[in-house]
Amino acid sequence: MIKTQYRELHCSSPRYWGGLASLAFIILVGLGAAFHMEHNGHFVTGMSNQIVWGLPHVFAIFLIVAASGALNVASIGSVFGGPMYKPLGRFSGLLAIGLLAGGLVVLLLDLGRPDRLIVAMTTYNFKSIFAWNIILYTGFFTIVGLYLWTMMDRKFEQYKRPVGFAAFFWRIALTTGTGSIFGFLVAREAYDAAIMAPMFIIMSFSYGLAFFIITLISAYWWAGRTIGDLRLAKLKNLLGVFVGAVLYFALVYHLTNLYVTQHHGVERFILLDGGIYTNMFWIGQVLIGGVIPLFLLYSPAFTTSRFALSIASLLVLIGGFFQVYVIVIGGQAYPMNLFPGKEVLESSFYDGVVASYTPTTAEALLGIAGIAIAMTLVAVGSRMLRVLPESLEDPAEGECA
Amino acid sequence: MSCNSDQPDMNRRGFLGKTVVAATAAVVAPGIMLTVAKASSEEGASSAVRWGMLIDTNKCADGCSACVDACNKENGIDLMQRPEGQADEMWNAQRPQWVRKVKLRDKQTGEVSNLPMMCQHCEHPPCVDVCPTGASFKRADGIVMVDRHTCIGCRYCMMACPYKARSFIHQDVAEQLTGAPRGKGCVESCNLCAGRIDAGNSTTACQDACNRDGHQAILFGDLKNPDSEIAKALKTESSHQIRADLELNTGVRYTNI
Repeated sequence: MIKTQYRELHCSSPRYWGGLASLAFIILVGLGAAFHMEHNGHFVTGMSNQIVWGLPHVFAIFLIVAASGALNVASIGSVFGGPMYKPLGRFSGLLAIGLLAGGLVVLLLDLGRPDRLIVAMTTYNFKSIFAWNIILYTGFFTIVGLYLWTMMDRKFEQYKRPVGFAAFFWRIALTTGTGSIFGFLVAREAYDAAIMAPMFIIMSFSYGLAFFIITLISAYWWAGRTIGDLRLAKLKNLLGVFVGAVLYFALVYHLTNLYVTQHHGVERFILLDGGIYTNMFWIGQVLIGGVIPLFLLYSPAFTTSRFALSIASLLVLIGGFFQVYVIVIGGQAYPMNLFPGKEVLESSFYDGVVASYTPTTAEALLGIAGIAIAMTLVAVGSRMLRVLPESLEDPAEGECA
Repeated sequence: MSCNSDQPDMNRRGFLGKTVVAATAAVVAPGIMLTVAKASSEEGASSAVRWGMLIDTNKCADGCSACVDACNKENGIDLMQRPEGQADEMWNAQRPQWVRKVKLRDKQTGEVSNLPMMCQHCEHPPCVDVCPTGASFKRADGIVMVDRHTCIGCRYCMMACPYKARSFIHQDVAEQLTGAPRGKGCVESCNLCAGRIDAGNSTTACQDACNRDGHQAILFGDLKNPDSEIAKALKTESSHQIRADLELNTGVRYTNI
């Protein structure tokens, strides 16, 4: 068997530094936007006392969910013993750390008092799933960091499996925590469902793998290295399964809600007459994020097309973004039913009416900066560390047995 | 000249000595002040009482906003300035509203009712459960409020509150009252006029205003004291909790809805 040789990612300097400079520019603009929001207060955003979590949260949750999913490739390699995935483990760990860092920066900079990070890190209310998440996020960095180390340092290779197991369970806990942020909200009809936690886990599988495929193909194209068809086909089939599973969970979630009369209103809102949210659900989440990628992934016409795989992955991410948007913003926009059986005639606080939300450019810039931070960490990490194999050509016949 | 003398420079020594004394005082004094301040409020809130409110919606008048105005004045909410160029709709969605008037119509019977809506001071408040830092807390006497020193502005409590009772401060605060501290980037809500109650008052600003206008729709008092007016009223009249299905055991109750 040919030994996998890992090499730092090298490409021509202007290309590398040019890429980094563009990412740095996006990050700077995003930081400027965050400063604008913090300096003036959140009144310069579209967020309000009605829609309290806005576009930055959509970006942050999307990235955090994707981060834990990106680690899956490593888990399949070292926990479940998939030989085709083993050489991809290091990059998977790096991408997971990058995506989580990007998401957390966005989340932090959208706080009302980001300067009180130290309070959040030192004062815990252990009944709050949010407090647990702070521990889960910091723990994720540590465990995945150690995991990377055991994968990269021959001396610690014997710890690779146990640390890999720990990382796998930790990532499951992390996404359960993220999903539970919504699952534990009893007051709002769109949330308050135990299925939120497993649904977020399956969403993470799908988004994380889509991110992984896109960054892997880009990196290899960037550095002029090769990836074998068989290896990509494995990733492609796996992505197809995950995309289907996300659709299945969405179906179960909505069917369950439809069974409960109390939730008919919110279901009608999301599925039928919620305007932008209904469009985002059907066109964004279902069509762009589900049906079209499934067609691209499974149609015989695109069996070996890398372009189709890249587009499918990109669409999964776009659809996933819409899905998180519908969950986070749509769930808040639908009014809480404080007075069952009554209609609200007058209220100065928008009781009983759909809350409106128009995100501002600053919010979008902060969110995009989160993605840029993730990509910068991955670009710098792959250049400095030996995370990517020199070649990902398919192994010769019988080698994987 | 002293600089030519080999005697110690007493001025310099004295200056250093005084500096050390001043620095020590500066470091120690706030601690002593805090201890003194703490000592004076050592009693704290007592779990022997539970403050609550009973609102008779039959007496709550259509179009009257006396309670809202009084609350805004008592808590310095009326001092908040609308940011320049902000549209009405956005200002209403973003400005703090500790109490709001809601007008309802029964879908089946057409009966119309009015009521003030505010923090319901739950026995099991979801906002306290979800707060990551414990800034959202419940006092021993049942008042639910926010510690503005540890609130990080994550707004998870606002997501969790079934009553939309909480407001986030979206802008700079130019003016505020000493009794109602307010800060950009923190969350706040009705605290049953905790400052007034702690000072020995037995009514809230909204109740006073409602009585002054002759409606007497709001009754504030100790739910645990069987002899209190509110406890007696609750015993005789049929009252409701809003979102009773959540079993939060609210401190604010309503009759005739």
